[in-house]
Amino acid sequence: MTAMLEVTGLGHTYQAKDGAHTAIADLSFRVGAGELVCVVGPSGCGKSTLLRTISGLIRPSKGEITLHGDEVRGVPDDLAVVFQDYSRSLFPWLTVQGNVEFPLRRGLSRAQRRTRAAEALEWVGLSAAARKHPWQLSGGMQQRVAIARALAYRPALLLMDEPFASVDAQTRFELEDLLLKVRAEHDTTVLVVTHDIDESVYLGDRVLVLSGSPASVVADLRVDLPARRDQVTTRESETFVALRAEVARLLNVGKPAEDVADRRRVDEHRVDEHRADERRADEHRAARWAEAERAETERAGLVAAHERDDLFSR
Amino acid sequence: MTRLSGFLQRWVVFAGLVVVWELVTRAVDDTFLPPPSEIAASAHELWFSGPLSDLLLTDTVFDHVLPSVGRLLAGWGIAAVVGVSLGVAMGRSTAAMQFAGPVLTFLRSIPPPTLVPVFLLIFNIGTSMQLATIVFGVLWPILLNSVDGARSVDTTKFETSAVFRIPRAQWVLGVVLPAAAPKIFAGLRVSLSLSLVLMVVSELVGTDNGIGSQLLIAQREFDFPDMWAGIVLLGVLGYALNTVLLSFERRALAWQPKRAERTPATVED
Amino acid sequence: MRALTRGLLGAVGFLVVWELFGRSGLVPLEYLPPPSVVAVELSKLLGDEPFLRDVVATVLALLIAVGLSIGIAVPLGLVLGSVPAVRHATRAVVEFLRPIPSVALIPLAIMVLGIGPEMKISLAVYAAVWPILFNTVYALDELDPLLVETARAFGAGRARVLLSVALPSALPFVLTGVRLAATTGLVVLVSVELLAGGSGGLGQFIMEARSGAGRMDLVLAGTVVAGVIGYLLNEGLERAQRRWVGWGSATGGRS
Repeated sequence: MTAMLEVTGLGHTYQAKDGAHTAIADLSFRVGAGELVCVVGPSGCGKSTLLRTISGLIRPSKGEITLHGDEVRGVPDDLAVVFQDYSRSLFPWLTVQGNVEFPLRRGLSRAQRRTRAAEALEWVGLSAAARKHPWQLSGGMQQRVAIARALAYRPALLLMDEPFASVDAQTRFELEDLLLKVRAEHDTTVLVVTHDIDESVYLGDRVLVLSGSPASVVADLRVDLPARRDQVTTRESETFVALRAEVARLLNVGKPAEDVADRRRVDEHRVDEHRADERRADEHRAARWAEAERAETERAGLVAAHERDDLFSR
Repeated sequence: MTRLSGFLQRWVVFAGLVVVWELVTRAVDDTFLPPPSEIAASAHELWFSGPLSDLLLTDTVFDHVLPSVGRLLAGWGIAAVVGVSLGVAMGRSTAAMQFAGPVLTFLRSIPPPTLVPVFLLIFNIGTSMQLATIVFGVLWPILLNSVDGARSVDTTKFETSAVFRIPRAQWVLGVVLPAAAPKIFAGLRVSLSLSLVLMVVSELVGTDNGIGSQLLIAQREFDFPDMWAGIVLLGVLGYALNTVLLSFERRALAWQPKRAERTPATVED
Repeated sequence: MRALTRGLLGAVGFLVVWELFGRSGLVPLEYLPPPSVVAVELSKLLGDEPFLRDVVATVLALLIAVGLSIGIAVPLGLVLGSVPAVRHATRAVVEFLRPIPSVALIPLAIMVLGIGPEMKISLAVYAAVWPILFNTVYALDELDPLLVETARAFGAGRARVLLSVALPSALPFVLTGVRLAATTGLVVLVSVELLAGGSGGLGQFIMEARSGAGRMDLVLAGTVVAGVIGYLLNEGLERAQRRWVGWGSATGGRS
């Protein structure tokens, strides 16, 4: 199988005033064309950083990333991302259709854009909602719009950042099946970042298990489940149960009783550290990548108050 | 309460107050306080007794009222164009705001009428001085609200736009501007009512033409009904301008989930 | 730290541009005196008793106006906010009165009240009442019904609820209104002093500096002082609000 994505010796360190923070130590893996690979790791282990380096939003401090042979420098033009927070990634002033057409400006006529959007909406079962605004839809449906938008873009690689973490359990199952269906039909290469062990095993052809921060690959597991999966029977199958147990063990979840107390202390300590690290990393990203993130102190100087002048005209 | 009965209740009370006003002023019979009927008569005489070919509008309307409104809209329009474009550009740059923030905060603290003498000297009496007064006065709410609006584009929208490699023009016009629109409109609303104030201020010193100068003339000639009519006209004008802007805003921001509440302005004067 | 340096640099840059523009000859030097000239005049003025008296006159008038506005607008706001019928009934009147610019009332106010300080204070009150009124009414709209029900459950009467529950939770909003009222009031006061004169104050100082000797350096120095007063008012009230009623931000206080 040819490699669609190849990550070699990737490392990333955020430079902060209070010292450097290494989010990713040394990562190497490949994703073949048409594969669906899940990256699973504890919260704050640098998964987001990984995703942002692959999508070209962040330039890694070391290592190399290639997408179908071309080195990633800046955002590649055939890559799409589905973010966790659909309420922010969708544009509230555009209709569902407008959102799906949004990235299709380059080189496509109006009619072509329309056709592509309609097609993608049909794939995710939202043809009827094309004229609605995102806020009129449920959370799960909004995330479908985000998926349709990514698919309509026809990316060589589809990245998903905790795509189903913000929806309820039932919807989550539906969306997982939708993803499997869509990628079977269209042969898309997908990399899903998640912290949910079950989800990673259920969705993936392979599961990459990452260590805590700084992230490195602990295991690269092949998922020997049939291509057609089912929320009930697949999750009951021995292969699934064994695999999820293995991933859990690798992630240090659910240790024997006497270990737990110890571990938990350590883990909690580490989690705190991770959180602090994650926060620091976040702050950094914010500063570098989104000037929209505003420092509270800076606001204070300029932002005065709001007057209500509409009480009598409601 | 149904819409209709609410509407009736309001206007019945309003009409009732006008009747009370009429009765009180007739009873008091003070030259300062002409009864509303007399004010209405002067208003009719002043503005609506023209020839049929001019839709009954008098020369005063064409010589004073319309030029006033024209200057108001021109000043507000210039401030809107400058304020929104500058504000959106600055709002997207942390550095620009760090450099300019304190100066802007100070400039907006200056009561705009104090600069009227400066503008009078530089531009002489006339339209450009009046425009300068209005523009300088109403620019800040628009500018600072645009800055705030442009900053409010969240990280995810930025990254989404970056990942899909949308062109720069589409980023500005298709993402930043719509995201900032609620704040921008709030600023525009505040500055529209401010424009009316500054229009009057500039006409009280700057010309022999316009609603403000007519007010002053009426005062000098002790023509109280005319003076009151001018005040009422300004009130109606303010109400009408605000209503038009609001209906436009409602249409432009129809995509917003809830229209029950208007986005409050960040910066007001 | 970096923001502070940049802010200072920005301010210095602004002054340099003004200085260069003033000296460039694009406009006559005496029309737009550069900051170096204005600064000298300003430092002289700060030791000048008549000028300081003008400043005090304006600030004092402003304080009185804001005090009166609070006294009028807060009780009125409490009534309008807690009795929907009154609010609906007065809506048309308010919608009609509010857009009338206070400066348009100057000729009328001069006729009725003369040109003494009470005239400018009245006009400032007229302008300053609205923001406080609207914010008070809005605060009562935002009042958490749970708080009221809790108070009622403990046997508090209507007046007691208004005083001990509604008023404290309305405080952050009222303060926002006061801040806006203070800045609006300053603009109106200075305008009235400028346009009508007669009662001293910063505005009249500026107008006399201009019309007498055409001393634009004095005009600009006065303008800077007016700007500083406005800035201090806004900043001071904003800080007071943050410090004393910090809970307001958590409950959605418009601050």
